[in-house]
Amino acid sequence: MNELEIKDLNAYYGDFLAVSQVNMDIPDKSITAFIGPSGCGKSTLLRTLNRMHEAVPGGRITGEVALEGQDLYGSGVDPVGVRRKVGMVFQKANPFPSMSIYENVIAGVRLRNKRISRKDADELVERSLRQANLWDEVHDRLQTPGGALSGGQQQRLCIARAVAVEPKVILLDEPCSALDPVSTLAIEQLLLELKERYTVVIVTHNMQQAARVSDQTAFFHADAEAWAELTRLEATLGDKSLPQGTRPPGRLVEYAPTDELFNNPRNKATADYLSGRFG
Amino acid sequence: MTQLDNQLAIPELQLDVPVVHEDQSVLKAQSRALIKDKVIAALFALAAVAIAIPLISLLWTVVSRGLARIDAEFFTSSMKGVVGAGGGALHAIVGTLEITGLTLLVSVPIGIAAAVFLTEYAAPGSRFASCVRFLVDVMTGIPSIVAGLFAYSLFSLVLGPAYRSGIAAALALSLLMLPVVIRSTEEVLLLVPHDLREAGWALGAEKHTVIWKVVLPAALPGVISGVLNGVARIIGETAPLLLVSGFADAMNYNPLEGRMASLPVYIYTQWQMKGLDAQAYDDRAWSAALVLIAVVAVLALAARLAPRLLKGKK
Ligand SMILES: Nc1ncnc2c1ncn2[C@@H]1O[C@H](COP(=O)(O)OP(=O)(O)O)[C@@H](O)[C@H]1O
Ligand SMILES: [Mg+2]
Repeated sequence: MNELEIKDLNAYYGDFLAVSQVNMDIPDKSITAFIGPSGCGKSTLLRTLNRMHEAVPGGRITGEVALEGQDLYGSGVDPVGVRRKVGMVFQKANPFPSMSIYENVIAGVRLRNKRISRKDADELVERSLRQANLWDEVHDRLQTPGGALSGGQQQRLCIARAVAVEPKVILLDEPCSALDPVSTLAIEQLLLELKERYTVVIVTHNMQQAARVSDQTAFFHADAEAWAELTRLEATLGDKSLPQGTRPPGRLVEYAPTDELFNNPRNKATADYLSGRFG
Repeated sequence: MTQLDNQLAIPELQLDVPVVHEDQSVLKAQSRALIKDKVIAALFALAAVAIAIPLISLLWTVVSRGLARIDAEFFTSSMKGVVGAGGGALHAIVGTLEITGLTLLVSVPIGIAAAVFLTEYAAPGSRFASCVRFLVDVMTGIPSIVAGLFAYSLFSLVLGPAYRSGIAAALALSLLMLPVVIRSTEEVLLLVPHDLREAGWALGAEKHTVIWKVVLPAALPGVISGVLNGVARIIGETAPLLLVSGFADAMNYNPLEGRMASLPVYIYTQWQMKGLDAQAYDDRAWSAALVLIAVVAVLALAARLAPRLLKGKK
């Protein structure tokens, strides 16, 4: 079953079209990787999936993103509610500095002003930390600040914080780019466990990481072909409103099961990127 | 110091390049430049020492002359019925505490709210926000006596020209305190990493909740130290208090009504309206000055330490 369905998605910063005409279905309980050279719109696309894109001044989209068949951008849909169903982990681990490890994990609950009994909170904290493979390392110092943990632990704390909200989807934007190889491995291991319960979408600039963990991989690229595609679209739709900036927008070049994409790329740009010829 | 070192190092480095072709006059010019640099550096250092001299001398004068009346009576009695020696400044200390407290009550919530608006809600480049920022700048420049006149006319409009009170003084001081609170809070809010806000939003929290539970706690130490700096600045204000809270010899606990003594005005009246035993008045003025300076020093120190103490605790 498809958890997320992206249709004709264009993402803008003001007038600048950053991502153009993305169509893709993301199956549930699996890991989907976004790869591509930097600046091709991976983060932007990822952030449209939980409506964080519009938190940036000028951030807006056209098109559709459906979660379990429901359009996240439909009228009357509250972006805040969307973010409760689609959680996010950022490139740089960002535990709340004024909160302890414990408070960080239940921050999602507290920040929604929900009441929770002490016992439920304790259980939620333990369960979430276990899911993030962090419980054994921190269970005896839950009241210490989250910022005192190592980088890899902080990132897993952020994952625990995200799963504590019990989302359906977890988005991760280059979660390992600031981590050492051992911490990276721990996170990758964790992702494989998380996909039992959640739909995982991960942006990575590390092709090997995509190959190791993901079930399907999407390759994005901001090249002149994106212009051509837009022009064709204009011709067929007669739509002159599609803006054309000075830089080409990112587009989805190829999307396939990971094995297939890595071993048998259909597109020349994909093959060039995978063989390290650019990016 | 490192900058100084760099400057001094440049001529020496130039000596390393082949000097064979250079004639002696170049070398001389270089060593002259070196000496000039050193002289200039020394002059700047002198200026730094020079500013310490009046400060030390001021502290010395206040402490040596102020100690005379640092006694129990000074802190436990007012000037009610006192014409010569004795008496105290309790009424002025209480007055200053109440007026300052009320000032905080007004200026801290409004100031923080305004700063939150400017940093968290106003769109970047918003006209309205730059208007507000400009007004805050203007407010910073309001002469304190004008703030006093404003508070006076506001209250006398409603309550008649004879109305004097601590709350009117608090209003005048709030006008002076507000821009300090807004500016310092804005600065620390801008230092809170954007990541943290995004982390909060991504958890499905409303914007105002994120501000309240994530951004403000992260900024708290800085906000506190800004507020303390503001208090240190207004606690010695005299001019507006002369206008709106006036002189009083006796204790007045009620800030809503009646003249209310305060430390700065106490100093002024003791100094200016000496009775027969002039020495007693002088002593009281200096002792009140010492108390005031001690309070300011403690506040300034607390403002410095607050961030570190609060961070250390967490
Ligand atoms: N806040 C922003 N405002 C304007 N343009 C942006 C902003 N963030 C990203 N962009 C632009 O959008 C394009 C895609 O960026 P991004 O999604 O961050 O790429 P990636 O994550 O693939 O490196 C880039 O050209 C980038 O310069
Ligand atoms: Mg990115």
